Amino acid sequence: MSEATGLKSWLTTTDHKRIGKLYFWTAFVFFLLGGFEALLIRAQLAKPDNTLISADTYNQLFTMHGTTMVFMALMPLAAAFFNYIVPLQIGARDVAFPRLNAFSYWVFLLGALFMNASWLLPHHPAPDGGWFGYATLTERQFNPGPNIDFWLLGLQILGIASLAAGFNFIVTILNLRAPGMKMMRLPVFSWMTLVTSFLMITAFPVITVALVFLMFDRVFGTHFYLPQAGGDPVLWQHLFWLFGHPEVYILILPAMGVVSEVLPTFSRKPLFGYTVVVYSGVLIGFMGWGVWSHHMFSVGLGPIADSVFALTTMLIAIPTGVKIFNWLATLWGGQIRLTTAMCFALGFIALFTIGGLSGVTHAAPPADLQQTDTYYVVAHFHYVLFGGTMMGLFAGMYYWWPKMTGRLLSERLGLVHFWLMFIGMNLTFFPMHFIGLLGMPRRIYTYSHDLGVDSMNLLSSIGAGLLGLGMIVFVFNMWRTRRHGAVAGPNPWDGATLEWSIPSPPPVHNFDVIPTVTSRLPLWDAPPKPVPPPGHIHVPAGSWWPMVAAAGLPVMALAPLTHTVWIVFVGAAILLYGIYRWAYEPFEV
Amino acid sequence: MPRYRRHSISFAALLGLGLIAACGGPYPQSTLAPTSDFGVAVDRLFTGIFWWACGVFVVVEGLLLFSILRFRRREGASAPAQHHGHTTLEIAWTLAPALILVFIAVPTVRTIFATAGTAAPGALRVEVIGHQWWWEYRYPDLGLVTANEMHVPVGRPVVVDITSTDVIHAWWTPKLGGKRDAIPGHHNKIAFRADSIGEYMGQCVEYCGASHANMRLRTFVDSDSGFQAWVAAQRVAPAAPAAGSPEASGKQMFQKYGCIGCHTVAGVSTGLVGPNLTHVGTRTTIAGASMMNTEQHLHDWVGNPPGMKPGSMMPNMHVSAADLPALIAYLQSLK
Repeated sequence: MSEATGLKSWLTTTDHKRIGKLYFWTAFVFFLLGGFEALLIRAQLAKPDNTLISADTYNQLFTMHGTTMVFMALMPLAAAFFNYIVPLQIGARDVAFPRLNAFSYWVFLLGALFMNASWLLPHHPAPDGGWFGYATLTERQFNPGPNIDFWLLGLQILGIASLAAGFNFIVTILNLRAPGMKMMRLPVFSWMTLVTSFLMITAFPVITVALVFLMFDRVFGTHFYLPQAGGDPVLWQHLFWLFGHPEVYILILPAMGVVSEVLPTFSRKPLFGYTVVVYSGVLIGFMGWGVWSHHMFSVGLGPIADSVFALTTMLIAIPTGVKIFNWLATLWGGQIRLTTAMCFALGFIALFTIGGLSGVTHAAPPADLQQTDTYYVVAHFHYVLFGGTMMGLFAGMYYWWPKMTGRLLSERLGLVHFWLMFIGMNLTFFPMHFIGLLGMPRRIYTYSHDLGVDSMNLLSSIGAGLLGLGMIVFVFNMWRTRRHGAVAGPNPWDGATLEWSIPSPPPVHNFDVIPTVTSRLPLWDAPPKPVPPPGHIHVPAGSWWPMVAAAGLPVMALAPLTHTVWIVFVGAAILLYGIYRWAYEPFEV
Repeated sequence: MPRYRRHSISFAALLGLGLIAACGGPYPQSTLAPTSDFGVAVDRLFTGIFWWACGVFVVVEGLLLFSILRFRRREGASAPAQHHGHTTLEIAWTLAPALILVFIAVPTVRTIFATAGTAAPGALRVEVIGHQWWWEYRYPDLGLVTANEMHVPVGRPVVVDITSTDVIHAWWTPKLGGKRDAIPGHHNKIAFRADSIGEYMGQCVEYCGASHANMRLRTFVDSDSGFQAWVAAQRVAPAAPAAGSPEASGKQMFQKYGCIGCHTVAGVSTGLVGPNLTHVGTRTTIAGASMMNTEQHLHDWVGNPPGMKPGSMMPNMHVSAADLPALIAYLQSLK
């Protein structure tokens, strides 16, 4: 069974492994772009009263750094692993809806390109309202250009990709598990994918509503967020953070899943307290819905609301702490191998703990009144999202790279990458705790020498340089591995889950024979028996129509962007035609 | 201020903060040096939580490091014992954080209610109104209006009522306590009693557009007599410049270049768009407190506002080089 390799085979693919790779490379490029934006920010802040970057460009840079990292880098990097790994872990041949999966990818790509196209227009009208886009600053009255339109329309498009992917993975994990793969035998990464998918399908409708209101305000002159006509800008904040906090868990839970796979493998011990870790993840998913106003303690919601949200926020520390203790207990008494993947997973525990603890200091609203919107908060969430999510995702990259490519990344370069990241990360973000407590606000393009935080800012900028260097090492490692990496074989790490029972990279149909699962750690507890040679295995052919349907969405978005009504009908026609042909595509080709 | 000293010592000791010492001080916007009852209450809460966090940090990172060092794979060793879990341990490390959180939650809720902005009897009322990108201050009981620099008396309760006319800002003088958002259509209150005389720096801390970084502020805590003197001076309209003086011609420039359309000077103009300039000569700063009030800065600022403060609502009025000195002399005379 040979595999086509031409361009067409990639454009029309519905294979979850290829879509996973497309997600990975696209998200990785956006990660580099978001990182480049961060380096420009740090260059500007390296000294006080710097004039390297103008105020307007700086405001665009931090807006797009946040938006890019959240929606175009971290989420889709996690989605790359959902795509590639989850069907392999649960013993399936593909996801439940392969063409919908392709649709998700193309929508993601086009939405991300749509928003970033704003950099390329004359005077680069890139979004400049912050990733949180607070009204009334994002209203037409205060932001007349197309900047915010690019942002809100791009986010709407990206949201559709997330919704489609969320539904797909829920159905996949619930329905396509191999015989014997009970829910309580599901690998933790697949469990966290399930929880994350539920969060995606419930959280994204909230921001969709918020963005529709904003679009109506900007395009049709409604007043949802404008106080002059009875609207309220605080409504935006409630809607945004009602989405935004579950979004934080959408970003961290997949990384927690990765860590829960990597630690047992490289300790040669089962995950300690599997059920507790799984239920903690589910509980975090639920509780994530009850804490949104902790982003709004300075808004003045009143002492009762502040108290309630302070307590719910503190409560969420309990399941999070439980997870950390279970990971530590997994290490305890194990036989630890300090591979690069393991180093990143251990780095996750070390750094995420710091982010969690600084989070508790602003779970207390009065303390938060001194901290919110300062660099202290920037330090906090970078320990969570860089120290946590990115460290976890890097662990996943080193761990699953041999499965995805058939070759191992260099461990020596990997460790150089790890230490540059670990040291650079702390050098960049640890001083920000002090910069913030000493009174420097976030989102300012310039600061006064009088604040006394010059050298700490310079230190932070140097750390950012180290992070950039680390990424160069990583890119070199990936490039080098194409030809020089050691051949991995099916199970280079002695992993216990099903993805390690098949060749690397796996054949198109994944499993010659769908395995029957009798334990949580099938490869450790019951090594696979030789399987009879397979007969013909049907693999669906590719399809153009998911991409065609996806192409209709950015075309539709051009209508509100350019205030031209007829374009929306063209876009809708493309979308509907794509869906029609998709629906009536012959099943077998 | 022994509190402050104790606090910074703990910080430095714990985290090896030669760094801060190397960077020098003073830190005019430090949140760790509170000088009001509000600021002290917030700081006390933060300090308590900080030490709990340090305790947890040491335990978790200690266990992590110990495990990494102690439980390494040795060649030829057989597979380790396959523990799947331990119910008592699970209960223990669920209850332990819960217990710590009780010790954090109780003072938190207490402090929330204590710092809710309830005005003490006899408090001086000040209205703070955020604009892109400057602060308007009104003293409703004293009939005063000023900009960017607030004066309050030491030792007397003050309640500020914070709102905005355009986008969301946040008013913050770190040493006097926490911030509150200035939201159009909403009114937030901060109540505090300043403990020591001095000049305190602050700035807008909610992203509010192009010149967010330049939207700064100063709060002056005056002695009681100093505050009374300031109030008395603010209530009197500045003297009209002597005929034929540069100030007198500057006053004409003030009309010629349309300054009167946006700015109020008592007895001269009634513009309401920009800051009230009646006593601008007494202020220490200009342009949203982003520059010191010197002749050179006035020259730069009036000559090209958007060049000094990106996005500035004050357009470049193209004041001729010949007219500029007189106009600046007039502004400086407004005392």
